[in-house]
Amino acid sequence: MMKDQPSERRCIAILVDNEAGVLARVIGLFSGRGYNIDSLTVSEVDPQKHTSRITIVSNGTAMILEQLKAQLGRLVPVQKVVDMTLDHDSVERELALVKVKGTGEKRVESLRLSDAFRAQVIDTTHESFVFELTGSPSKLDAFVNLMRPLGLVDVSRSGVAAIARGSEGM
Amino acid sequence: MKANKDASHPRMTGAEIVIQALIDQGVDVIFGYPGGAVLPVYDALFEHDQIRHILVRHEQGAVHAAEGYARSTGKPGVVLVTSGPGATNAVTGLADAMLDSIPIICLTGQVATRLIGSDAFQEADTVGITRPCTKHNWLVNDVDTLPKIMHDAFYVATHGRPGPVVVDLPKDIQFAEADYTGPSNEGHRNYQPQVKGDPDKIEQAVAAMANARRPLFYTGGGVINAGPEASRRLRELVQLTGFPITSTLMGLGAYPASDPQWLGLVGMHGTYESNNAMHDCDVMINIGARFDDRVTGNIEKFSPGSKKIHVDIDPSSINKTIMVDIPIVGDCAHVLAAMLEVWKRKKIKKDPSMHRDWWQQIDTWRARNCLSYQQKGQVIQPQYAIERLYALTRDKDVYISTEVGQHQMWAAQHFKFEQPNRWMTSGGLGTMGYGLPAAVGIQIAHPGSLVIDIAGEASVLMTMQEMSTAMQYDLPIKIFILNNQYMGMVRQWQELLHDKRYSHSYTEALPDFVKLADAYGGHGIRITCADELDAGIQEMMAVDKPVLVDCMVDQQANCFPMIPSGAAHNEMILSDQDEPTEISEEGKMLV
Repeated sequence: MMKDQPSERRCIAILVDNEAGVLARVIGLFSGRGYNIDSLTVSEVDPQKHTSRITIVSNGTAMILEQLKAQLGRLVPVQKVVDMTLDHDSVERELALVKVKGTGEKRVESLRLSDAFRAQVIDTTHESFVFELTGSPSKLDAFVNLMRPLGLVDVSRSGVAAIARGSEGM
Repeated sequence: MKANKDASHPRMTGAEIVIQALIDQGVDVIFGYPGGAVLPVYDALFEHDQIRHILVRHEQGAVHAAEGYARSTGKPGVVLVTSGPGATNAVTGLADAMLDSIPIICLTGQVATRLIGSDAFQEADTVGITRPCTKHNWLVNDVDTLPKIMHDAFYVATHGRPGPVVVDLPKDIQFAEADYTGPSNEGHRNYQPQVKGDPDKIEQAVAAMANARRPLFYTGGGVINAGPEASRRLRELVQLTGFPITSTLMGLGAYPASDPQWLGLVGMHGTYESNNAMHDCDVMINIGARFDDRVTGNIEKFSPGSKKIHVDIDPSSINKTIMVDIPIVGDCAHVLAAMLEVWKRKKIKKDPSMHRDWWQQIDTWRARNCLSYQQKGQVIQPQYAIERLYALTRDKDVYISTEVGQHQMWAAQHFKFEQPNRWMTSGGLGTMGYGLPAAVGIQIAHPGSLVIDIAGEASVLMTMQEMSTAMQYDLPIKIFILNNQYMGMVRQWQELLHDKRYSHSYTEALPDFVKLADAYGGHGIRITCADELDAGIQEMMAVDKPVLVDCMVDQQANCFPMIPSGAAHNEMILSDQDEPTEISEEGKMLV
């Protein structure tokens, strides 16, 4: 009955007490129970209340994903678990730093494409650029793929940050 | 303890704070083993006589003893061990308590904070190692936070689904001073488990129960953990509805085994009637059980036609392996009370005609007499040994612990429990070596009672050193070994799954258990034939000190009935005489 369920992508936001070991607890839960992590971001969001927000993109069957949320909810330092995909109409953004090396026509083409993607040049030499690009994960994928034949050297991505649309919280 | 202006917040060292918190939490006994990194706490303990310390012989034994204490009393068990090997030795016990939901507070010594991470002597990353096998753990790096952490530790261990917690105490924190604060009633900022069930869901559940033609209660350790009131309410509800009831290994005793509505154990070695009733029921009422794989067998074929009600205090237990129709998150005692209230309010009458066919069907299953065995001649059948043990101890105030394996299943099948908290066994983790130290903890909690560890000769050797603990504290525990010289359950699986290739499951060199008992200062009894059995058991009970009974049993006996791996509840093997069942390739992968 479970074998036939299709795999889905989910973005899950977790508010946690910012205390030692809390990220290890969350990650340990994923590795220990065999859940997938496609991306993960974490940062303190409320210094007064010592609250951090962890955003995890995962995939699995609906049953696994419900189980994953229930398991997260069981961790003592976890304040709240919110399914940003299922329970909210949310916006997702990710930041990428992309280094491209090249000269001549390829260098010009990479700059032209970066403009089309509204990327910023944040570092340059005579033969390289570092682009800063923000957008949905799929936009970043597309940009990185375009840079590949133009001399892609390295990519650093932040992982997904997500927030609910509208005036309500989360 | 130094004087302080504020009497409610006296100034203390970290070590004193630990002891004071234990006293304020109502702890009267702890199980432990000293070592360098925990000496300040031991020093503070030296001055207090409110807390009794039981010195074990191995830290695993400390945790199992605390588990035995906790399960037989309903109170949390407390453990005190040192850093490094002290903590790692405790890990098996913690994992055991985690899987069986036993409230344990384990205090571990740690190297001084400035040495953490330097590979110091007896340093281990205790919070790292115990993170997946505890409900929560704390490394105390500021003595000012220690009082709250101590009280939080008790709160987390005992609220919601109970479980083990670890408080890791660096040595400098034990010496540092802070203001002590007593327990508060505020609970925990985040951790507030849902105790009361959703009233709408409870109404739905009762409606489904009222209309059921083939209902079945399937109960588990959650009923025991919810306290004696939960067991009383379960009995009332089962009587009121007239439904049959079965239970997991963890739930034995919540419902009296002598009652006609009781079908016996469910699962891999459960009764024919219980497992067939699970398969064929139309409404399954799961109270405090977790659809464990030992119970469900092949989940694809598990109880295909039933509407399933699941009461569990842990939301993550719901729909984990089996999708249910009516999930109710809450404490069993509360939900059972609410179910009773709705049933009575709606004036639902027990209608015997509605379930007559169902009970008739159950009676035909019962008529198979699935637990029967042949006791012929003088070779003792292990089932017979358990039956005699049960018969001869019926009028006693008896507590049973077990090790893990065939003897454990035979005990679950043939020893009948009438009360909760009388049956202590390692269910989830299946920890060989659990029973002897657990018996130590049980006997500490119930000094005048008869405490028996029903053991196998392989399991009991894993923690045999706790005989020495039993001697030190004059604990007259009885260790009743069903000795077949094999790791019996391993041998049984090798027979069924590996063409009788008995790879390393036979113990060539066993100690002389009678001499071993003598060596510890206890009493040893050997039983070699059926005629000696009753006298041996009588002697065991008559001797007022730790007793090792070496009961030699049939080496080839197998534990039946059995649901083979990968099979459904209605595909049980009842005996060796059954047609050999072909175990599927998929089934062989399962444990």
